[in-house]
Amino acid sequence: MKASSFPSRKQSARFLLVFLVLAIATAKAQDWVRTGTNLGAQKIRLAAADFKMVGNDPALSNAQQTFNQVLFADLTNAGIFDMVSKSMAPAVMPGSPQEINLAQWNAPPANAAMVAFGAISVQAGRDIVFGWLFDAKSTQSPQVLGLQYNEAAGPDTARHIAHEFADAIIARLGGGIDGIAESKIFFVSDRTGAKEIWEMDYDGANQHQITHLGQICLSPRISPDGGRLAFSELTPRGSNIRLYSINLDRMVSSPIHDGTDFSPAWSPDGNNLAFSSSRTGDPEIWISSASGFNLRRVTAYRGPDVSPVWNPKTGTQIAWISGRTGLPQLYIMESDGTNVQRMTDGGYATSPSWSPNGQFLTFAWSRHYGPGAPGGQDIYVMDIASRRWIQLTHDIGRTDFPSWSPDGRHIVFQRTTHGHSEVWTMLADGTEQHALVKTANSRMPNWSWK
Amino acid sequence: MKIYKKNSALAMAALAAFLITTGCHHKQAAAPEAPAPPTTAPAPTATITASPETITPGQSAVLTWHSTDATDAAIDGMGPVPTSGTKTVNPTATTRYHLTVRGDGGSAEATATVTLGQAQTQAPAPAQEQMTEAEFEQNVKPIFFDYDSYSIRPDAQQAIGQDAAFLQTHPNVKVLIAGYCDERGSEEYNLALGQNRANAAKTALTQVGVDATRIRTISYGKEKQFCTEMNESCWQQNRRDQFSLDQ
Repeated sequence: MKASSFPSRKQSARFLLVFLVLAIATAKAQDWVRTGTNLGAQKIRLAAADFKMVGNDPALSNAQQTFNQVLFADLTNAGIFDMVSKSMAPAVMPGSPQEINLAQWNAPPANAAMVAFGAISVQAGRDIVFGWLFDAKSTQSPQVLGLQYNEAAGPDTARHIAHEFADAIIARLGGGIDGIAESKIFFVSDRTGAKEIWEMDYDGANQHQITHLGQICLSPRISPDGGRLAFSELTPRGSNIRLYSINLDRMVSSPIHDGTDFSPAWSPDGNNLAFSSSRTGDPEIWISSASGFNLRRVTAYRGPDVSPVWNPKTGTQIAWISGRTGLPQLYIMESDGTNVQRMTDGGYATSPSWSPNGQFLTFAWSRHYGPGAPGGQDIYVMDIASRRWIQLTHDIGRTDFPSWSPDGRHIVFQRTTHGHSEVWTMLADGTEQHALVKTANSRMPNWSWK
Repeated sequence: MKIYKKNSALAMAALAAFLITTGCHHKQAAAPEAPAPPTTAPAPTATITASPETITPGQSAVLTWHSTDATDAAIDGMGPVPTSGTKTVNPTATTRYHLTVRGDGGSAEATATVTLGQAQTQAPAPAQEQMTEAEFEQNVKPIFFDYDSYSIRPDAQQAIGQDAAFLQTHPNVKVLIAGYCDERGSEEYNLALGQNRANAAKTALTQVGVDATRIRTISYGKEKQFCTEMNESCWQQNRRDQFSLDQ
């Protein structure tokens, strides 16, 4: 269905494959591995100049500050740039191609290969931004990007434009893979007392409450088009799959309400939901259309079957967690229930998420599980074809619910220490770990598909 | 958090005794001794006392009875008893224990009443009873599970038997079985595991004769905890099936 959006991901797949293979080669000797997504590829040294303020609107200063911070953070978070520290930038603030001295930026200490710069103004209630990306080494035709944004001024407008400009730069310099600065993350928070679903920008900004049900809402899963949110609601009457329309900003009726259903997952075409249901007396994986038709069971072993996730690339495979042999293990199968393959060889594996390119699974795993066993519950990435894996988190408490970003370069996850849960993010090689949500208990993050 | 009675089988007996007593013996036995028939055998005598005479729910009382010149004795609801003896009872409502002894010289009767505190004496338990959540939880005890397991342990099987006995004597009561897990492991997997635990108890109850349509199951996974410390005794408290009255 979305073939057009996927070919560009091949490159990131090659990226990851390279670092996986290299990492695994060294992993034989030791568990602690430090690798970068840039292995075999030099990171582009990029400078983001502070944008120049044009005019004297009272709102301009705040807008400019926000814009500069967000743009720099987005480009840093992308993980594919070697960012020039702001302290190394030339003193002048170029507001247009006429004002920039590229040689200055290309020279030490900045040594920038690329420079993003521009101007911001507020006129008649609109934020107007001119943004350029110049190749600092090219004297003939340095312009790589030249973009103009004109949007109604609001509290988040400068932030939004910065995300758009950052994504344009990342798409141009990052091998054609769309940036994620405009993507969203959904998660469970108990800050109101009840467990509700919340939404935020990919960088933790703009957190706001989606559901107001006053119950235990769990396992948020946004639909591929971003229009509907599926989650499970646990009440004294049971656990049901519920649907919230992001477009309509309200709950919409859900056809799946047996009272024993949870952990929904969207098929990549947005037409079907896979979920765990105990309607036959044992938790199994079921699939139905999002409107409730064509309900069918796809697993049939005694024991917990839970946490399905579709292969987002093909839509024909499902990874899930089964306790059919004892402790929960990671499995994959065709979406009709055939060709079941066990992926993990022991321990306690949970919460799979399938990479956008279809080649990798990330999941939480305690390799040595049991009372008194050493090691913790950490995030791993497995190459499906070879079943080789690398460990991404080490000694930072109990980590769980990894979820891939749409560009496949990032993983958001839940980190629990001393009974307190936070939402963290990192690059898909385990570096650049930092918190997104520390307020109250925040759990089960789910990254939007685009 | 709750006090559970040690022996609900006794409670059964006591309750049954109560039902029979109230059901079949409305008129109080006015004559403590039957008129002596013209025989040489002495007339039997009987006494019965309860200690303490007033208890609160969950407590037990000791019945002590004596008889003279009797060959057999029976307490309504308990059936034949020794002509003299003691017995611990756990009535769930105010109960009158009616002792009848027989001997060659005739028969004798005596009664003792165990009064339940909080003045619940006005509500004898008819078929359409109004059971309180507290009364239910007092009699239908939770069962506990091993780590990452939903198998019914031997001690849980015993509890299931007692739970089932109570449910069978109260056929109008519906039961909700909620499965819980300790705080280790993953939320979604624990929801499934808790569901398996609830289902395991439902299967066990139906196997000993409780109608499956009276039972509803739910899993709370690790979303609700009975005990929040991070040690095995606490985790064991949380790996349970909790039974409650269903509406």
